[in-house]
Amino acid sequence: MGEVAAGADERRTDGVGPVTDGIRGQAGSRLMDGLRAYRMIAAMWIRSTMAYRASFAMTVVTDFAVTALDFAAILLMFSQVDVLGGYTLPEVALLYGTAGISLGLADLALGSIEQLGLRVRDGTLDTLLVRPAPVLAQIAADRFALRRLGRLTQGLLVLGYALVVLDIAWTPLKVLLIPLMVLSGAAIFAAVFVAGAAFQFFAQDAAEVQSSFTYGGNTLLRYPPTVFSKDLVRGVTFVMPLAFVNWLPALYVLGRPYPLDLPQWLAFASPLVAAVCCALAGAAWRVGLRSYRSTGS
Amino acid sequence: MNDSSDVRDEEFIRLDGVEKVFDVRRRTGFLRREKHQVRAVDSISFRVARGEMVGYIGPNGAGKSTTIKMLTGILTPSGGRLRVAGIDPSRERTRLAQRIGVVFGQRTTLWWDLPLIDSYRLMHRMYRIPDARYRANLDRCIELLDMSELLEVPVRQLSLGQRMRGDIAAALLHDPDVLYLDEPTIGLDVVSKAKVREFLRELNAERGTTVLLTTHDLTDIEQLCRRVMVIDHGRLMYDGALSGLHEVGESERTLVVDLERELPPIDLGPSARVVRVEGPRQWLAFPASESAAPLVARVAADYPLVDLSVREPDIEAVIANMYASGGDLLQPQAGNS
Repeated sequence: MGEVAAGADERRTDGVGPVTDGIRGQAGSRLMDGLRAYRMIAAMWIRSTMAYRASFAMTVVTDFAVTALDFAAILLMFSQVDVLGGYTLPEVALLYGTAGISLGLADLALGSIEQLGLRVRDGTLDTLLVRPAPVLAQIAADRFALRRLGRLTQGLLVLGYALVVLDIAWTPLKVLLIPLMVLSGAAIFAAVFVAGAAFQFFAQDAAEVQSSFTYGGNTLLRYPPTVFSKDLVRGVTFVMPLAFVNWLPALYVLGRPYPLDLPQWLAFASPLVAAVCCALAGAAWRVGLRSYRSTGS
Repeated sequence: MNDSSDVRDEEFIRLDGVEKVFDVRRRTGFLRREKHQVRAVDSISFRVARGEMVGYIGPNGAGKSTTIKMLTGILTPSGGRLRVAGIDPSRERTRLAQRIGVVFGQRTTLWWDLPLIDSYRLMHRMYRIPDARYRANLDRCIELLDMSELLEVPVRQLSLGQRMRGDIAAALLHDPDVLYLDEPTIGLDVVSKAKVREFLRELNAERGTTVLLTTHDLTDIEQLCRRVMVIDHGRLMYDGALSGLHEVGESERTLVVDLERELPPIDLGPSARVVRVEGPRQWLAFPASESAAPLVARVAADYPLVDLSVREPDIEAVIANMYASGGDLLQPQAGNS
């Protein structure tokens, strides 16, 4: 008994324990706890991957090569035509690169969240619920895979190529828009990952639905909106706002009109759209987790 | 500041009319679904004092795991009041997590693909365990659970018994006040079972850790718990000493004897009856509340005995007997889980 009490007291004097919860806001403290847990778990997986450096290097190269084949398909297409939907190869490369980086970032950070349905089915989600850390952080960091850097690297290279080759009249706004678009795009894809996982609380085999929006969305956004039907473009603008990942901002950078006659300032709305998406996804996650904790399935 | 100051030690775990109702949808036709409710836990109340070691038993689907899930904060109760160390588990799940340890017999809380020690290092930081305490606790577990060879082995390569010891250690590194064990000896060999039981006994005696244990194995209860609670159909059927359970249920133990040769059924009068004969092997049933020793002595004196063993009644049989005896503790309920 004495030992137990001593242990409990020691814990409380470290200054970062439960005592400080009242000082920080509750939501803020949850976020901090989540980031802290994420960092620890991801670091553990990175260390474990690095124990086999050669094998790690090989998987990165393989991943890079596979995604590179993707871009080779586009190069192949442009060996036959000069323009695609009115866009040249460097212009398409700008779209390809920005979409690729955005998805790459989101996938690197949250890709593991796809296992949620599986964990609900086999009951291992329960083991995350008895640990003192937010479940979202634990599941997102699980099996953190640095090899996903392969996709990211490829996106960066293609974007680099586009920026070098493209003849753009750069203004400070356009320069600012490039990182803004990539980061907002990553946040939008991240929201889709989280919302998709939240949906898996209700339909455990719904991982495919989420993939169609993330990987499928990525494929869509590589091509200029002009090659798609107006209804599809409307859908990804207003319903599933993937157009804000890169189409709207990139078309502003390229000085091209948006096919739906939308005002130009919408090119700068991506961060706002991303924030709304993340808030909605967070709410969906909480609803899903609450439902799991009341039904156990 | 000390969040346990308002908790009386006699009611360290406290349940008042706790319920858990699940909505179950059943397909009754193409697209048509029928919705009905299942009471997995039906108005359960009990107290567990600090430092107690209590067995929580019942047949499959009785509501044991549902109760444990509510006590750990995994599931939110549908009704009633529930406190563990003064904390409402469903509302303060992460704060409670610092105070409890959980071992699920059927699934591991360890990181499957990583060496055991990696899981421990992560828990060290995740639970913010002071370095000295972490090292002391880990060393103690390694010694008592005989784990020094296992630390660098990936969890997926451990045998069931090794993994279970690994899981128990993981649940104790942060000095929890309460330890929940859900089927901790399921699938373990005799040696592992003994090791685990011995360890739990010592933990409870030395540290005063409150232990709540669900099991299918009555031997676990016999060797560890003075108090046992029986749950069936979501209701608490019995709460008291294990010996009392045998009386209520009038259950029987079985003495299995191997004789030198085939003989007519052994006759020991009313104290035991032969229930089965198979060649030189005979099964004798006798009341579980009585000692096997005089029986064994008499068989050994009168018959050419080669070998013998005593089998404990299984929980299903004890509970079936509780029903059969129709005592006033028994209030079978409609619905099941």
